[in-house]
Amino acid sequence: MKIVIIGNGISGITVARHIRKLSEHEILVISSESDHFFSRTALMYIYMGHMKYEHTKPYEDWFWEKNRINLKNTHIHQIDFLKKILIANNQEEITYDKLIIATGSKPNHFAWPGQNLKGAQGLYSIQDLELMEENTANIKEAVIVGGGLIGIEMAEMLISRNIKVNFLIREKSYWQNVLPQEESLLVEKHIAEHHIHLMPETELQEIIGDENGRVKNIITKNGKSIDCQFVGIAVGVAPNIDFLKSSALETDKGILVNDYLETNQPNVYALGDCAQFIKPKENQAAIEQLWYTGKLQAETLAKTICTTKTKYERGIWFNSAKFLDIEYQTYGLMLNKPSSDEESFYWEHPKGKICMRVNFTKTDGSLRGFNFFGIRFRQVIAEKWIAENTSIAFCMANLNIGFFDPEFQKNHHAEILSSFNEQFPQHFVAVKKKKFFLF
Amino acid sequence: MKALKTIRKLGLLIFLVGIGLFISLLGLGSYKLSPQVFDQTITNTQHHTLLKPALKGMLNKEYTNSMAFISDFNQAFNGLNEDLKSKQQWDKVIYTDYSYLITKHSAIGFVKNHSTLLCYLCLMMSAFGGLLFMIPDLFLDPVPGIKNKNIFKTQITSRGLIAFLFSAALILFYIFLYKAPAYLSNWILLVDNFSIAISGSEASQWFLYGFLYGLVMLTMGVKMYIKYRNNNYQLLRTTSVLFFQVVFAFLIPNILTKLQMPAVDFKNMWPLDYSFFFDYRINTLISEGVFGYWLLAWGIFLFVVGVPIMVYFFGKRWYCSWVCGCGGLAETLGDPFRQLSDKSLKAWKYERFIVNGVLVFAIIMTFAVLYSYFTGNSKLLGIDTYSIREHYAFFIGFIFAGAIGTGFYPLMGSRVWCRFGCPLAAYLGIVQRFKSRFRITTNGAQCISCGNCSTYCEMGIDVRAYAQKGENIIRASCVGCGICAAVCPRGVLKLENLAESNRFETYAPPQQ
Repeated sequence: MKIVIIGNGISGITVARHIRKLSEHEILVISSESDHFFSRTALMYIYMGHMKYEHTKPYEDWFWEKNRINLKNTHIHQIDFLKKILIANNQEEITYDKLIIATGSKPNHFAWPGQNLKGAQGLYSIQDLELMEENTANIKEAVIVGGGLIGIEMAEMLISRNIKVNFLIREKSYWQNVLPQEESLLVEKHIAEHHIHLMPETELQEIIGDENGRVKNIITKNGKSIDCQFVGIAVGVAPNIDFLKSSALETDKGILVNDYLETNQPNVYALGDCAQFIKPKENQAAIEQLWYTGKLQAETLAKTICTTKTKYERGIWFNSAKFLDIEYQTYGLMLNKPSSDEESFYWEHPKGKICMRVNFTKTDGSLRGFNFFGIRFRQVIAEKWIAENTSIAFCMANLNIGFFDPEFQKNHHAEILSSFNEQFPQHFVAVKKKKFFLF
Repeated sequence: MKALKTIRKLGLLIFLVGIGLFISLLGLGSYKLSPQVFDQTITNTQHHTLLKPALKGMLNKEYTNSMAFISDFNQAFNGLNEDLKSKQQWDKVIYTDYSYLITKHSAIGFVKNHSTLLCYLCLMMSAFGGLLFMIPDLFLDPVPGIKNKNIFKTQITSRGLIAFLFSAALILFYIFLYKAPAYLSNWILLVDNFSIAISGSEASQWFLYGFLYGLVMLTMGVKMYIKYRNNNYQLLRTTSVLFFQVVFAFLIPNILTKLQMPAVDFKNMWPLDYSFFFDYRINTLISEGVFGYWLLAWGIFLFVVGVPIMVYFFGKRWYCSWVCGCGGLAETLGDPFRQLSDKSLKAWKYERFIVNGVLVFAIIMTFAVLYSYFTGNSKLLGIDTYSIREHYAFFIGFIFAGAIGTGFYPLMGSRVWCRFGCPLAAYLGIVQRFKSRFRITTNGAQCISCGNCSTYCEMGIDVRAYAQKGENIIRASCVGCGICAAVCPRGVLKLENLAESNRFETYAPPQQ
């Protein structure tokens, strides 16, 4: 059987690898972005000079041939689902028995006037990075539109080259639709510490160009003009499926799939950023645009194709990010406002760079989830406690076994506990004496 | 901001002037071999009698540079030996190399008269310039965090032309240090007064080496403190290697010399210290009586008992990145070059073959040396044991550990010797791989395959390959420097000593 995968990002490559692990099917991975799989998450490090492109490739180039995963660098323009044929560059026809679409995302644009001027761009692909390199050469000021994760990464990239950054966000505070107020403010303070000019409740109206068609300044919706030579568009991403819009494949924002990642076409699957679940579960997004979910979906799909039909289950939610120097890890479903049946405990270090939040049920105090900023925490422990509805008192008493910070790093267990006991005396936890140990 | 950048530039300038002056010293000064110097230096009466007529032409002649002086001396010295050989007077041939001592003692003039002042002007000033260059980082980049900005865009840290020149300079330094110290005699003069103060005797090239080694480590150690100020593991580890280098490798041996005891580096051990079982060293220790026997026992205890126990509890890092001198240099001077190590599978294959090969070579060499020591038979299976030992000293001790080990920092990363050559690292590694509580734990499925960990692994371990599968990293070569965990942007890695039983467990999400 010949399995063709369009897209060599984390989803496409993971499904290819797992199909190879489970079977001897012929595998072809097609991409027009790069010859080999690279880690999109590391693009920012190339820009900042921490790494070179070659370091972002998780597998050496010989890996693909050795594992009989064929790679092809071409662009697919059209798919004939009836004849099972892909039309590539130069009208080349590629046949398949099963097709997996993993074409990922493209940056959102909201039809702003001037968005196609030189110097205005999003950041998603390796080509975007090359463009950004070109667009930001020798410039002094930049504007970033959109307060999410790509926005702050772009800001970090730009300040590494001493470019002044104005960071426009629509919400009142940074990443407010995901982070609770306290966490959002903590990140904002850190953003300010890095001299990034965060402008809350500010939206882009128009980008103005100079006589050479280059970005000169922007106008915000409240009429303010900001000089800049670069506009980073980071208002989220959307499924990269334009080439499928007029085909027989059923799409909405993304390619519609059921819980088995099957599309409306037989033998055609979609996963990762470009797939949209027809019936997402409660509190789960229809389109999951995460590295982790892409990997999980891919492992499930490989099972479905090679062995037994398997439903995609996301498991206990987790995610991570890094806001400049502050690491963020979250486990369990942590909404920006705790739901009505939840209690929420928040602790913040006096220096304001470390904090944690834990949510638990009002009725019996069983754990719902954690947010950690500047604290590393063990996933196995968090997942076990959440899965087993562990009582908050037990979790708080044993937080220290979950801490994952480097050895000799200060452990804030005692401070966290005393603050917790003050707020929730009904769940009182005895403060253990700190043990001093070497290594 | 501007003032700080000016300070940086000034620091760089001072550093370069200091280094430039230091290098130019090699061509400065005059040399005159006076009869007194000759008498003082050649104390062996037979050599004295033979060399006196041979060096007659040089006596009291003033040379304006060391090259001409050394060349004349070597000509006379080799001429004498050739002559003796042609007359078949084998017992009279002189094997002691006097060129370095004669040259150093014959130095007259400016360098000789102002040696300590010049030491401050060249070495201390360079170090000061280096600090002036590095310390402004604290204020230019005031928020603690990972500071690897532009490493791959800076010539010296990304194999640019300057990196090749630096590498060549280091290699040349090692060649002269080991094989022709006479040419470095002006440098050695600079630290003479320090040597007399600490060890009670004039400086040798090894005193100079120890002095420079410590100075470089201390200066670059400051950079480590600044760069990793948010990471206590790095701060403590840096303090530890600096302490062991300055106190154990430098001060204690020199003070022991002053007390007329054998100069011992208590933390160095066989097989890194490959000459530990050489006859002259055993004899020196034995002739010392109780203290000597104690030293001999300590040296054996370290690698027989110390290594397995310590590696079991802490991994090989307790030695390689907390105590060892080679590791200490790699973790200070070498830190800016750590990303240059080769992460390919091919490199790993070579590494295993070569490093374990050196260990086998060290064991065979030591066995042969001890065989000769105890039996008095200089041949083992028809091979001269002395020649085995000479080959080891030349190829492993000098070429591999010295010239390549340090000289290749700017080209192949900071741990070329530790990774490919060190027999002790190989031994520690075998214990670490098979019997230890140490591992780098991968935190569940949090890895985003960015590759920072692999890029910054000085031992060339493809850390990401394990982390992205949810596997712990357990590798013989891991020296436990902790940088992979420091640079990870998602908090996925942690070095720790836990129960041996679950070391190899892979992460699996809980079943729901």
